[in-house]
Amino acid sequence: MTVLQIIGLVFVAVGGGAVVFVSEPLRQTIVLGFYGIALTFVFFTFQAPDVALSEIVVTGIGLPLIILAALRKIRQHEELRRQREGKE
Amino acid sequence: MSRPVRLGLFVVSGCGLATVLVLAFIGLPDFGSAHELYGAVVDYTENGLRHATDVVTALNFDIRAFDTLGEEFILFASVSGVVLLLRQLRGEDEDAGQQKGIQEHAFAGASDGLRLASLVLIPVIMAFGAYLVFHGQLTPGGGFQGGIVLAAGPVAILIAGRYLAMKAVAPKRLVESADAIGAAAYALIGLGGLIFVGVYLKNPMPLGTPGHLLSAGMMPLNSVAVGLEVAGAFLVTWSEFLDQTLINSPGGGAGE
Repeated sequence: MTVLQIIGLVFVAVGGGAVVFVSEPLRQTIVLGFYGIALTFVFFTFQAPDVALSEIVVTGIGLPLIILAALRKIRQHEELRRQREGKE
Repeated sequence: MSRPVRLGLFVVSGCGLATVLVLAFIGLPDFGSAHELYGAVVDYTENGLRHATDVVTALNFDIRAFDTLGEEFILFASVSGVVLLLRQLRGEDEDAGQQKGIQEHAFAGASDGLRLASLVLIPVIMAFGAYLVFHGQLTPGGGFQGGIVLAAGPVAILIAGRYLAMKAVAPKRLVESADAIGAAAYALIGLGGLIFVGVYLKNPMPLGTPGHLLSAGMMPLNSVAVGLEVAGAFLVTWSEFLDQTLINSPGGGAGE
Protein backbone atom coordinates (compact mmCIF):
# COMPACT_ATOMS: atom_id res chain seq x y z
CA MET A 1 0.00 0.00 0.00
CA THR A 2 1.46 3.35 -0.97
CA VAL A 3 1.47 6.59 1.05
CA LEU A 4 -1.05 8.17 -1.33
CA GLN A 5 -3.46 5.29 -0.81
CA ILE A 6 -3.18 5.60 2.97
CA ILE A 7 -3.73 9.37 2.82
CA GLY A 8 -6.77 8.82 0.60
CA LEU A 9 -8.26 6.21 2.94
CA VAL A 10 -7.78 8.52 5.95
CA PHE A 11 -9.55 11.33 4.09
CA VAL A 12 -12.43 9.00 3.25
CA ALA A 13 -12.74 7.86 6.87
CA VAL A 14 -12.73 11.45 8.17
CA GLY A 15 -14.95 12.69 5.34
CA GLY A 16 -17.57 9.97 5.83
CA GLY A 17 -17.84 10.89 9.50
CA ALA A 18 -18.01 14.59 8.64
CA VAL A 19 -20.94 14.05 6.25
CA VAL A 20 -22.85 12.26 9.01
CA PHE A 21 -22.09 14.76 11.76
CA VAL A 22 -22.89 17.94 9.81
CA SER A 23 -26.58 18.35 10.53
CA GLU A 24 -27.41 21.39 8.39
CA PRO A 25 -28.47 20.02 4.96
CA LEU A 26 -27.00 22.86 2.90
CA ARG A 27 -23.57 22.47 4.49
CA GLN A 28 -23.93 18.72 4.28
CA THR A 29 -24.21 19.01 0.49
CA ILE A 30 -20.89 20.85 0.32
CA VAL A 31 -19.19 18.38 2.69
CA LEU A 32 -20.59 15.55 0.57
CA GLY A 33 -18.87 17.12 -2.42
CA PHE A 34 -15.52 17.06 -0.64
CA TYR A 35 -16.15 13.48 0.48
CA GLY A 36 -16.78 12.60 -3.18
CA ILE A 37 -13.45 14.13 -4.16
CA ALA A 38 -11.70 12.08 -1.44
CA LEU A 39 -13.40 8.91 -2.75
CA THR A 40 -12.40 9.82 -6.30
CA PHE A 41 -8.81 10.15 -5.12
CA VAL A 42 -8.95 6.74 -3.44
CA PHE A 43 -10.37 5.05 -6.54
CA PHE A 44 -7.70 6.70 -8.63
CA THR A 45 -4.84 5.62 -6.37
CA PHE A 46 -6.22 2.06 -6.35
CA GLN A 47 -5.99 2.06 -10.15
CA ALA A 48 -9.69 2.32 -10.94
CA PRO A 49 -9.89 5.45 -13.13
CA ASP A 50 -13.27 4.42 -14.59
CA VAL A 51 -14.85 4.31 -11.17
CA ALA A 52 -13.08 7.54 -10.19
CA LEU A 53 -14.64 9.29 -13.17
CA SER A 54 -18.10 7.95 -12.32
CA GLU A 55 -17.67 9.05 -8.71
CA ILE A 56 -16.59 12.59 -9.54
CA VAL A 57 -19.38 13.21 -12.06
CA VAL A 58 -22.04 11.89 -9.69
CA THR A 59 -20.93 13.67 -6.50
CA GLY A 60 -19.60 16.67 -8.41
CA ILE A 61 -22.70 17.60 -10.40
CA GLY A 62 -25.28 14.84 -10.50
CA LEU A 63 -26.29 14.74 -6.86
CA PRO A 64 -25.70 18.30 -5.48
CA LEU A 65 -27.88 19.97 -8.10
CA ILE A 66 -30.85 17.77 -7.22
CA ILE A 67 -30.29 18.20 -3.47
CA LEU A 68 -29.92 21.99 -3.76
CA ALA A 69 -33.06 22.30 -5.88
CA ALA A 70 -35.00 20.11 -3.46
CA LEU A 71 -33.77 22.12 -0.44
CA ARG A 72 -34.85 25.36 -2.07
CA LYS A 73 -38.27 23.95 -2.88
CA ILE A 74 -38.74 22.87 0.73
CA ARG A 75 -37.83 26.36 1.95
CA GLN A 76 -40.28 27.92 -0.50
CA HIS A 77 -43.02 25.67 0.85
CA GLU A 78 -42.18 26.67 4.42
CA GLU A 79 -42.25 30.36 3.52
CA LEU A 80 -45.58 29.96 1.75
CA ARG A 81 -47.07 28.20 4.77
CA ARG A 82 -45.80 30.91 7.08
CA GLN A 83 -47.33 33.59 4.87
CA ARG A 84 -50.69 31.79 4.85
CA GLU A 85 -50.65 31.38 8.60
CA GLY A 86 -49.78 35.07 8.96
CA LYS A 87 -52.82 36.06 6.91
CA GLU A 88 -55.29 33.91 8.87
CA MET B 1 -36.28 2.86 24.25
CA SER B 2 -34.31 4.86 26.82
CA ARG B 3 -30.82 6.23 26.19
CA PRO B 4 -28.85 3.77 28.41
CA VAL B 5 -30.63 0.79 26.84
CA ARG B 6 -29.85 2.06 23.35
CA LEU B 7 -26.23 2.69 24.28
CA GLY B 8 -25.94 -0.82 25.76
CA LEU B 9 -27.44 -2.34 22.64
CA PHE B 10 -24.99 -0.38 20.50
CA VAL B 11 -21.97 -1.47 22.56
CA VAL B 12 -22.98 -5.16 22.44
CA SER B 13 -23.77 -5.20 18.72
CA GLY B 14 -20.78 -2.99 17.89
CA CYS B 15 -18.39 -5.38 19.68
CA GLY B 16 -19.99 -8.33 17.90
CA LEU B 17 -19.64 -6.67 14.51
CA ALA B 18 -16.02 -5.68 15.22
CA THR B 19 -15.12 -9.25 16.23
CA VAL B 20 -16.67 -10.73 13.10
CA LEU B 21 -15.01 -8.12 10.86
CA VAL B 22 -11.56 -8.63 12.40
CA LEU B 23 -11.91 -12.43 12.04
CA ALA B 24 -12.94 -11.99 8.40
CA PHE B 25 -10.11 -9.58 7.61
CA ILE B 26 -7.52 -11.95 9.12
CA GLY B 27 -8.65 -14.59 6.62
CA LEU B 28 -8.16 -12.29 3.61
CA PRO B 29 -5.07 -12.55 1.39
CA ASP B 30 -2.41 -9.87 1.87
CA PHE B 31 -2.96 -6.47 0.27
CA GLY B 32 -2.17 -6.56 -3.44
CA SER B 33 -1.07 -10.20 -3.40
CA ALA B 34 -4.16 -11.86 -4.83
CA HIS B 35 -4.12 -12.24 -8.60
CA GLU B 36 -7.28 -14.10 -9.43
CA LEU B 37 -7.83 -16.09 -12.58
CA TYR B 38 -10.82 -13.89 -13.44
CA GLY B 39 -8.55 -10.92 -14.11
CA ALA B 40 -6.39 -12.87 -16.52
CA VAL B 41 -9.43 -14.31 -18.31
CA VAL B 42 -11.07 -10.89 -18.69
CA ASP B 43 -7.83 -9.34 -19.86
CA TYR B 44 -7.35 -12.05 -22.46
CA THR B 45 -10.96 -11.94 -23.70
CA GLU B 46 -11.44 -8.20 -23.89
CA ASN B 47 -7.98 -7.15 -24.92
CA GLY B 48 -6.95 -10.10 -27.06
CA LEU B 49 -10.23 -11.31 -28.55
CA ARG B 50 -12.38 -8.15 -28.61
CA HIS B 51 -9.66 -5.57 -29.39
CA ALA B 52 -10.68 -3.18 -26.59
CA THR B 53 -8.00 -1.43 -24.55
CA ASP B 54 -10.18 -0.20 -21.67
CA VAL B 55 -11.19 -3.47 -20.07
CA VAL B 56 -13.73 -1.93 -17.68
CA THR B 57 -15.89 -0.48 -20.44
CA ALA B 58 -15.35 -3.64 -22.45
CA LEU B 59 -16.71 -5.65 -19.51
CA ASN B 60 -19.81 -3.46 -19.35
CA PHE B 61 -20.54 -3.75 -23.04
CA ASP B 62 -19.41 -7.32 -23.68
CA ILE B 63 -19.33 -9.86 -20.84
CA ARG B 64 -21.94 -7.96 -18.84
CA ALA B 65 -23.79 -6.38 -21.74
CA PHE B 66 -27.05 -7.81 -20.45
CA ASP B 67 -26.49 -6.25 -17.00
CA THR B 68 -25.88 -2.93 -18.69
CA LEU B 69 -29.20 -3.32 -20.50
CA GLY B 70 -30.86 -3.71 -17.12
CA GLU B 71 -29.05 -0.68 -15.71
CA GLU B 72 -30.09 1.38 -18.72
CA PHE B 73 -33.71 0.65 -18.02
CA ILE B 74 -33.37 1.14 -14.26
CA LEU B 75 -32.19 4.69 -15.03
CA PHE B 76 -34.91 5.14 -17.62
CA ALA B 77 -37.63 3.92 -15.26
CA SER B 78 -36.47 6.05 -12.31
CA VAL B 79 -36.27 9.18 -14.46
CA SER B 80 -39.75 8.47 -15.79
CA GLY B 81 -40.95 8.16 -12.20
CA VAL B 82 -39.40 11.49 -11.20
CA VAL B 83 -40.90 13.22 -14.23
CA LEU B 84 -44.31 11.70 -13.58
CA LEU B 85 -44.34 12.85 -9.93
CA LEU B 86 -42.96 16.34 -10.51
CA ARG B 87 -45.22 17.12 -13.47
CA GLN B 88 -48.19 16.02 -11.42
CA LEU B 89 -47.09 18.46 -8.70
CA ARG B 90 -46.66 21.25 -11.21
CA GLY B 91 -50.19 20.68 -12.47
CA GLU B 92 -51.58 21.06 -8.95
CA ASP B 93 -49.65 24.25 -8.35
CA GLU B 94 -50.87 25.77 -11.57
CA ASP B 95 -54.45 24.81 -10.74
CA ALA B 96 -54.11 26.60 -7.44
CA GLY B 97 -53.75 29.76 -9.51
CA GLN B 98 -50.25 30.67 -8.44
CA GLN B 99 -48.51 33.27 -10.47
CA LYS B 100 -46.06 32.10 -13.09
CA GLY B 101 -42.45 32.94 -12.40
CA ILE B 102 -40.41 35.70 -13.90
CA GLN B 103 -39.27 34.50 -17.29
CA GLU B 104 -35.60 35.40 -17.08
CA HIS B 105 -34.06 33.85 -14.02
CA ALA B 106 -31.18 35.81 -12.59
CA PHE B 107 -28.96 33.43 -10.65
CA ALA B 108 -28.42 34.95 -7.24
CA GLY B 109 -24.83 35.91 -6.69
CA ALA B 110 -23.58 35.20 -10.21
CA SER B 111 -20.73 37.66 -10.59
CA ASP B 112 -19.30 38.66 -13.95
CA GLY B 113 -16.26 36.52 -13.20
CA LEU B 114 -18.40 33.43 -12.55
CA ARG B 115 -20.37 34.07 -15.75
CA LEU B 116 -17.24 34.45 -17.83
CA ALA B 117 -15.68 31.35 -16.26
CA SER B 118 -18.72 29.23 -17.00
CA LEU B 119 -18.92 30.52 -20.57
CA VAL B 120 -15.27 29.59 -21.10
CA LEU B 121 -15.86 26.20 -19.49
CA ILE B 122 -18.88 25.22 -21.61
CA PRO B 123 -16.96 24.24 -24.80
CA VAL B 124 -14.29 22.49 -22.70
CA ILE B 125 -16.92 20.49 -20.82
CA MET B 126 -18.74 19.50 -24.00
CA ALA B 127 -15.49 18.47 -25.73
CA PHE B 128 -14.42 16.39 -22.73
CA GLY B 129 -17.84 14.74 -22.54
CA ALA B 130 -17.76 13.87 -26.23
CA TYR B 131 -14.23 12.52 -25.83
CA LEU B 132 -15.29 10.27 -22.94
CA VAL B 133 -18.29 8.94 -24.87
CA PHE B 134 -16.40 8.24 -28.09
CA HIS B 135 -13.28 6.75 -26.48
CA GLY B 136 -15.13 4.40 -24.13
CA GLN B 137 -13.40 1.26 -25.40
CA LEU B 138 -9.96 2.93 -25.55
CA THR B 139 -9.41 4.97 -22.39
CA PRO B 140 -11.10 5.19 -18.97
CA GLY B 141 -14.57 6.64 -19.26
CA GLY B 142 -17.43 5.58 -21.45
CA GLY B 143 -21.07 6.33 -22.00
CA PHE B 144 -22.13 6.83 -18.40
CA GLN B 145 -19.37 9.21 -17.33
CA GLY B 146 -19.33 11.02 -20.66
CA GLY B 147 -23.11 11.37 -20.61
CA ILE B 148 -23.12 13.20 -17.28
CA VAL B 149 -20.24 15.44 -18.38
CA LEU B 150 -22.20 16.28 -21.55
CA ALA B 151 -25.24 17.08 -19.43
CA ALA B 152 -23.11 19.40 -17.30
CA GLY B 153 -22.56 21.72 -20.28
CA PRO B 154 -26.10 23.16 -20.24
CA VAL B 155 -25.88 23.34 -16.44
CA ALA B 156 -22.89 25.67 -16.82
CA ILE B 157 -25.26 27.99 -18.70
CA LEU B 158 -27.56 27.90 -15.69
CA ILE B 159 -24.66 28.87 -13.42
CA ALA B 160 -23.89 31.70 -15.83
CA GLY B 161 -27.30 32.99 -14.80
CA ARG B 162 -29.53 32.06 -17.69
CA TYR B 163 -31.96 29.32 -16.83
CA LEU B 164 -34.13 29.99 -19.85
CA ALA B 165 -31.05 30.02 -22.09
CA MET B 166 -30.26 26.57 -20.71
CA LYS B 167 -33.76 25.50 -21.67
CA ALA B 168 -33.27 26.95 -25.14
CA VAL B 169 -30.05 24.97 -25.61
CA ALA B 170 -31.50 21.81 -24.09
CA PRO B 171 -35.28 21.92 -24.65
CA LYS B 172 -37.34 19.29 -22.89
CA ARG B 173 -38.51 17.62 -26.08
CA LEU B 174 -34.87 17.17 -27.14
CA VAL B 175 -33.50 15.79 -23.88
CA GLU B 176 -36.48 13.49 -23.43
CA SER B 177 -35.95 12.13 -26.93
CA ALA B 178 -32.23 11.66 -26.23
CA ASP B 179 -33.11 9.68 -23.10
CA ALA B 180 -35.60 7.48 -24.92
CA ILE B 181 -33.59 7.04 -28.12
CA GLY B 182 -30.44 6.14 -26.16
CA ALA B 183 -32.27 3.48 -24.15
CA ALA B 184 -33.94 2.08 -27.26
CA ALA B 185 -30.71 2.16 -29.28
CA TYR B 186 -28.90 -0.02 -26.75
CA ALA B 187 -31.65 -2.63 -26.88
CA LEU B 188 -31.73 -2.48 -30.69
CA ILE B 189 -27.95 -2.87 -31.00
CA GLY B 190 -28.36 -6.05 -28.96
CA LEU B 191 -31.06 -7.15 -31.38
CA GLY B 192 -28.53 -6.72 -34.18
CA GLY B 193 -26.47 -9.44 -32.53
CA LEU B 194 -29.52 -11.71 -32.39
CA ILE B 195 -30.24 -11.19 -36.09
CA PHE B 196 -26.72 -11.42 -37.52
CA VAL B 197 -24.93 -13.89 -35.23
CA GLY B 198 -27.84 -15.51 -33.43
CA VAL B 199 -27.11 -14.35 -29.85
CA TYR B 200 -28.65 -11.27 -28.21
CA LEU B 201 -26.03 -8.56 -27.57
CA LYS B 202 -23.26 -10.61 -29.22
CA ASN B 203 -20.94 -8.56 -31.39
CA PRO B 204 -21.76 -8.83 -35.12
CA MET B 205 -19.35 -6.12 -36.30
CA PRO B 206 -15.70 -6.16 -37.45
CA LEU B 207 -13.25 -5.71 -34.57
CA GLY B 208 -10.79 -3.30 -36.17
CA THR B 209 -7.29 -2.48 -34.92
CA PRO B 210 -6.85 -2.23 -31.13
CA GLY B 211 -6.44 1.40 -30.07
CA HIS B 212 -8.33 2.87 -33.03
CA LEU B 213 -11.44 4.99 -32.63
CA LEU B 214 -13.60 2.48 -34.49
CA SER B 215 -12.47 -0.76 -32.89
CA ALA B 216 -13.87 -3.42 -30.57
CA GLY B 217 -16.96 -4.06 -32.72
CA MET B 218 -20.20 -2.69 -31.35
CA MET B 219 -18.69 -1.15 -28.19
CA PRO B 220 -18.39 2.42 -29.57
CA LEU B 221 -22.04 2.25 -30.66
CA ASN B 222 -23.09 1.01 -27.24
CA SER B 223 -21.09 3.76 -25.61
CA VAL B 224 -22.79 6.44 -27.72
CA ALA B 225 -26.22 4.95 -26.95
CA VAL B 226 -25.52 4.95 -23.22
CA GLY B 227 -24.05 8.45 -23.41
CA LEU B 228 -27.19 9.77 -25.10
CA GLU B 229 -29.43 8.11 -22.57
CA VAL B 230 -27.49 9.26 -19.51
CA ALA B 231 -27.12 12.85 -20.75
CA GLY B 232 -30.84 12.96 -21.53
CA ALA B 233 -31.82 11.34 -18.25
CA PHE B 234 -29.82 13.75 -16.09
CA LEU B 235 -30.96 16.82 -18.03
CA VAL B 236 -34.60 15.75 -17.78
CA THR B 237 -34.29 15.20 -14.02
CA TRP B 238 -32.43 18.44 -13.42
CA SER B 239 -34.78 20.57 -15.47
CA GLU B 240 -37.80 19.04 -13.74
CA PHE B 241 -36.28 19.84 -10.34
CA LEU B 242 -35.20 23.33 -11.44
CA ASP B 243 -38.62 24.06 -12.97
CA GLN B 244 -40.09 23.31 -9.58
CA THR B 245 -37.82 25.73 -7.76
CA LEU B 246 -37.04 28.47 -10.29
CA ILE B 247 -40.05 28.96 -12.53
CA ASN B 248 -42.92 27.40 -10.65
CA SER B 249 -42.03 28.92 -7.30
CA PRO B 250 -44.54 30.77 -5.12
CA GLY B 251 -42.21 33.72 -4.64
CA GLY B 252 -42.02 34.54 -8.35
CA GLY B 253 -38.90 32.64 -9.36
CA ALA B 254 -36.13 35.23 -9.32
CA GLY B 255 -33.10 34.50 -7.18
CA GLU B 256 -33.59 35.96 -3.73
